[in-house]
Amino acid sequence: MKLTAEQQAILNGEKGETMAKVMKTLVMYGDAFEAEKLVPITSKYNHLVTSFGLKVMSPVYDLMQQILDADVASGQKFSVDPRPLDDNVPASFLQNFVFKNFMYTKQDFYEKQLHKLGLIDENAFTCACYMDEVGNKPKKDDILSWAESSAVVYANSVLGARCNRNSGILDIMGSIVGYVPYFGLLTDEGRKATWVVKIETTKKPEAQLLGSAIGMKVMEDVPYVIGLDKWLGNELNDAACTYLKDFGAATASNGAVGLYHIENLTPEAVELGKKLIVDGAKEYIIDDAELERVKANYPVMWKNPDAKPKLCFMGCPHMSLEQLKTWTDRVEDALKENGNKKVLIPTVFTAAPKVLEAFNKTEYAARLKATGVITSYICPLMYMNNPLCKTMPVITSSNKLRTYTSARYYTDDEILNAITKGGK
Amino acid sequence: MKKFKGRIVTPGTVSAEAVVSTEGFNTLASFQMALQFGDKQVKCGDQNNTDLYGKPLVNKALCLPQTIGSTTGGLVLYCACAMKKNPACMLFANHIDSLAAAGAVLADVWVEDMTMPVIDCLGDEFINYVKDGMKITIEEDGTVVVED
Repeated sequence: MKLTAEQQAILNGEKGETMAKVMKTLVMYGDAFEAEKLVPITSKYNHLVTSFGLKVMSPVYDLMQQILDADVASGQKFSVDPRPLDDNVPASFLQNFVFKNFMYTKQDFYEKQLHKLGLIDENAFTCACYMDEVGNKPKKDDILSWAESSAVVYANSVLGARCNRNSGILDIMGSIVGYVPYFGLLTDEGRKATWVVKIETTKKPEAQLLGSAIGMKVMEDVPYVIGLDKWLGNELNDAACTYLKDFGAATASNGAVGLYHIENLTPEAVELGKKLIVDGAKEYIIDDAELERVKANYPVMWKNPDAKPKLCFMGCPHMSLEQLKTWTDRVEDALKENGNKKVLIPTVFTAAPKVLEAFNKTEYAARLKATGVITSYICPLMYMNNPLCKTMPVITSSNKLRTYTSARYYTDDEILNAITKGGK
Repeated sequence: MKKFKGRIVTPGTVSAEAVVSTEGFNTLASFQMALQFGDKQVKCGDQNNTDLYGKPLVNKALCLPQTIGSTTGGLVLYCACAMKKNPACMLFANHIDSLAAAGAVLADVWVEDMTMPVIDCLGDEFINYVKDGMKITIEEDGTVVVED
């Protein structure tokens, strides 16, 4: 890798040992991908994936402390993934005991570290930092050092920014030196599609199921999706962006997709069309039967597959304002239709603190509360990351949550039915 | 016995028993429970990985196409290394992915006395040939020797 004189000086230790180690990390990381150079980060803010003060992650906090002690904190302010705890979310005495006394004992300590490292503010905890209400929304062609997989795939695909699927810790290291290695999704060549996915379903495909199918098929490759604009339209409005948020998160967690193109909809596909497809690209056709096949193959991790659900999580990744409003209408209508006044399963809708703040200013907030649905800023994934939840029958329409926990996936309609009628 | 030549991502020599994932290895899903709750054998917790679910990973030669899943993957691998609960080596059939590369590099630069050789680009023939329980030896020049 060719370094500038300034970069080489940092690597040689002219700005101290810790800064040299940060630079060495980025150079070795770039070397693994034959990156020729480091390029400047151009986004206003960074976004970090590590938000949780898990006792077991002590090596991460030790490393952050080394950075703080060396006074080489991030050059950019940043948002960070959601908090793992929220008293609003139902939990048993035992769960609360385990969360607070065993698992997340480093939470306060780590949040203090985050503030010193450059956290935007105390409400900047969300995986969906690109929401207007949150304000960490990169511009097209901005170079980022983000790591949260669902945010990276959204920034690349929907916003046209440029970011590799970096790992946690690497995200802040990019910010500290102000550069990232130039390879992969930062390059024009790396943004070309090696798969053509044709959507031939008879109805609008479920976002999280379609994303899962594509992720599992293409893994880390870039898909060019044809036929989805039939269902989403040609404008990146709130509804389309919300759909693509959930779709992308599933491609990234069920596979390793960092960028997708939707014909006639996402910015590069609109600009370049089929020129984005490489010669010899592989093809994947998705029809109703294929989506059914994918769904039927998800393993059921519940001890008793017929158990009555004890909790329902919606919002992994965090819900948009548009989604909260739409779901308020849907829950209200379904409860009325089924002759019920409140949801029959404890149900939590999760969203960014600043999105919830905006939602709470609308008339929808009181209506949703009246249905019994709880709103929270929690990370459902972190809530469920423990053996106590392994035996707990939790339902979700998030394919990311399904992938990393024992939560069972259902489509949006099935979830609505379960929480308002009691069926599965 | 068969020899495979790949590319050295992080250097080192080691001998260990193979555990093989023929599908993408999800680092977070595989390690999170074991690290969190002190499983000494670090049994793979990824319910979707039909090859490795429930099998011990610590001190094994982890053979895989690439890693997939959450971008906490690299820091999870880094933590596993810092806690000495890492595989003995990681052997990739494909080019290493960004998350595994980050984890391997973080461990190499920031963990003292760390040796977890990582070799990539070993090819499809490697992942099709190697099976659980085979003896793996990594030589100084990055050659991977697989014995029945």
